[in-house]
Amino acid sequence: MSDVLAVVEHRRGSLRDVSFELVTAGADLVGDTGGDLHLAVIGGDVDAFAEELSLAGVDAIHTVAEGDEFNHDVSVQAVAALSEELDPTYVLMGNTVNGLDYAPAVAERLDLPLVTDAIGLQNDGGLVVTREMYASKVESTVEVDADRAAVTVRPGEWDAAEEPGEPAVEAFSFDLNESLVRSRVTGFEEVGSGDVDIADADVLVSVGRGIEEEENIELVRELADALGATLSSSRPIVDNGWLPKDRQVGQSGKVVTPKFYIAIGISGAVQHVAGMKGAENIVAINTDPDAPIFDIADYGIVGDLFEVVPELIEQFE
Amino acid sequence: MKVLVTVKEVAEVEEDFELDGLRVADQYLDYDLNEWDEYAVEEAVQIAEESDDDVEVVAVTIGPERSEETIRMALAKGVDRAVRVWDDALDGVDLLDVGAKTRLLSAVVEDEDPDLVLTGVQANDDSFGATGVSLASAIDFEWAAVVNALDLDADGGVANVRRELEGGVEELTEVDLPAVLTIQTGINEPRYASLRGIRQAQSKEIKPLALSDLGLDAAAVESDLVLTDVYEPETESAATYFEGDAGEQAAELATVLREKGVGAQ
Repeated sequence: MSDVLAVVEHRRGSLRDVSFELVTAGADLVGDTGGDLHLAVIGGDVDAFAEELSLAGVDAIHTVAEGDEFNHDVSVQAVAALSEELDPTYVLMGNTVNGLDYAPAVAERLDLPLVTDAIGLQNDGGLVVTREMYASKVESTVEVDADRAAVTVRPGEWDAAEEPGEPAVEAFSFDLNESLVRSRVTGFEEVGSGDVDIADADVLVSVGRGIEEEENIELVRELADALGATLSSSRPIVDNGWLPKDRQVGQSGKVVTPKFYIAIGISGAVQHVAGMKGAENIVAINTDPDAPIFDIADYGIVGDLFEVVPELIEQFE
Repeated sequence: MKVLVTVKEVAEVEEDFELDGLRVADQYLDYDLNEWDEYAVEEAVQIAEESDDDVEVVAVTIGPERSEETIRMALAKGVDRAVRVWDDALDGVDLLDVGAKTRLLSAVVEDEDPDLVLTGVQANDDSFGATGVSLASAIDFEWAAVVNALDLDADGGVANVRRELEGGVEELTEVDLPAVLTIQTGINEPRYASLRGIRQAQSKEIKPLALSDLGLDAAAVESDLVLTDVYEPETESAATYFEGDAGEQAAELATVLREKGVGAQ
């Protein structure tokens, strides 16, 4: 029997998608071992969240009415207290920016082995986690050599649970040690929008690390102009200061759904794909035939962008 | 004030590679300083440069002797000295889990007694992204993960940070010191090492520490995680590929784009 405690996430009044994916992953993990799936909802409008999370497969929802927004000190204490009470076999959390801000501390505090960024979970006698290494170039399986574990799951890998259910909803109270709340969220800011909103574009020509030098960006800009498209980029281009932050597509940048997304010299790291996989048509130009961008591309050119892009510009002049 | 920066030499895998058991075969690996750590090092050096007080920047790594060459690059960029933890007990360990790394680094923190610890958000080899926050919990420091702006108020005992959340949103947070901050790429512009810096780095100390030097034994690096398989993921590409030379590829793509109304004159 394996009981699972899954900790959901919310931000600024809404549950994050990963919360519903955690329900699916948690229900899979409980499987037919006869265990229970518990959810923890910490902070915000916990009653409304609990109602939204009343889904099939969930046995109990524990609400902790403490604060409006995520605070890692509160989350660590709440999850630790809940774990002591429920004694779960596995604690599941999201592999999100906030997940990585509290899950490792939960594991450390409860002395649980931690596996992060899971893309697959198997529970037959012991826990086996599938995860990626070396920038998605290889996959690995990791066996947990312990009775219990903490795991963070990658967003978007499990389907969101939708089917309604009738879990028990219980308010959970514990003694919050205020002296250990040593960080305070003072606000949120949207990353500044310039004159162009890449989320509105029908056609995006997007440039990545393969462009090598700042001055080569001009080549891709020329192509965008020839196609009447908007120029966007992957993270390294913005990190290098070659394009402003509002041009960044991906998990931490903008999520875009254009008619055409033309990825030039972009390998297709999972964080980038999260921001553009909803595009209607995806074109990838890359020298590496094994680049993950080709897995989601509709059209592919395996080739040197410095040869292909000038030819493409010529086609449209 | 003392700033401790954790750094890691990581292997990058070449485009074409082969596996050798549970590892990528050595000849396909290029070793370099972890990308995130470049930014953490730069942030630490900038803190030292901008402070009116004396700030010592110490790098700590867990790695074999080979990694000294990489660590020296951090010294060339302004880190004052380095500590390298290694032990025979670590030789041949396929996967050092977060708990083991935390135990090793905690012992170093106890030795060094820093006021601030900076780490990279993650290492781009095994990508656990967890050591910094786990370490903070173990040494009873406050923390913040995925920091992309830092304004340190050492006298006020607080770090004002921005955390880069998903979807182009940043969280503004006050973090009490002492703290561990995990540093995101893009927070600064890492400098290139100067020739003078490279020369000076030759005489800077990289102190090797074995488990016994840290008051630990082999039990400290026993991992609860066992790497059982490593394989190349199956590619599921359903893409239509355009073949031929660059001109032919471009022409075929242009035809498709025009058919779908892109770039139509």
